[in-house]
Amino acid sequence: MSEFLNFHYDVDGENFVSAGQASVELKKVLRRLGFPPETIRRLSIAMYEGEINMVIHAGGGAADVDIYEDKIVIRLIDHGPGIADIDLAMQEGYSTATDSVRSLGFGAGMGLPNMKRYTDEMRIDSTVGEGTTITMTVFITK
Amino acid sequence: MTVKEFADRFGLKPLSLPEPDREVQGGYCGDLLSWVMGRAGADAVWITIMSNVNTVAVASLSDVSCVVLAEGVTLEDGLIRTAEEKGVNVLTSDKPAFTLASEFGGAV
Repeated sequence: MSEFLNFHYDVDGENFVSAGQASVELKKVLRRLGFPPETIRRLSIAMYEGEINMVIHAGGGAADVDIYEDKIVIRLIDHGPGIADIDLAMQEGYSTATDSVRSLGFGAGMGLPNMKRYTDEMRIDSTVGEGTTITMTVFITK
Repeated sequence: MTVKEFADRFGLKPLSLPEPDREVQGGYCGDLLSWVMGRAGADAVWITIMSNVNTVAVASLSDVSCVVLAEGVTLEDGLIRTAEEKGVNVLTSDKPAFTLASEFGGAV
């Protein structure tokens, strides 16, 4: 199917407290469209982890969500410092977050692993000094 | 068991109870938010001492049935309104997380 819905969200890098707005909006949209609760849960968490990462590491960014009949694709785009060693970043428990971020309950080194855990496909394109694009896909099973 | 019944049975004080009839199924205990998102199941009771706006967001996105704040931790007034708006049930207790988990174990 070629037709799809697209939603664009800007992620504010300045305000850590408001992080999550895009995920909450996405959750509302998916509920309205009648997707199964577990699909919504997986996408909401993956999106939130991505949003938090952009706020912590990249000074914000943007998220594009394409909703097809049989799959949902989330693209997270930032122009932050990039990820030097993606394999290392994917390891559970590895984090470069600061103590102040950790005091809020983040920085456990579980963000990228959770994004992979809750999506069917995840691709990371990153260039040090230029930024990172993460593409996540969840297939809709009927 | 519903969240309302759960709160009554274990003497938990409701701070925000917009969805009292949600079923409680299983539980998770932890303060690191990504661990909670990775491990807590939908409809779980989540025991934590982490009380900030991100706690409410994680509870909503993870679809847990309720948050139980241990050690007498509460939510500030603004966050109680946020939790109510987002449909997040938040309860509090003076007991430590370990004691709460041991009491809840087997019941949910």
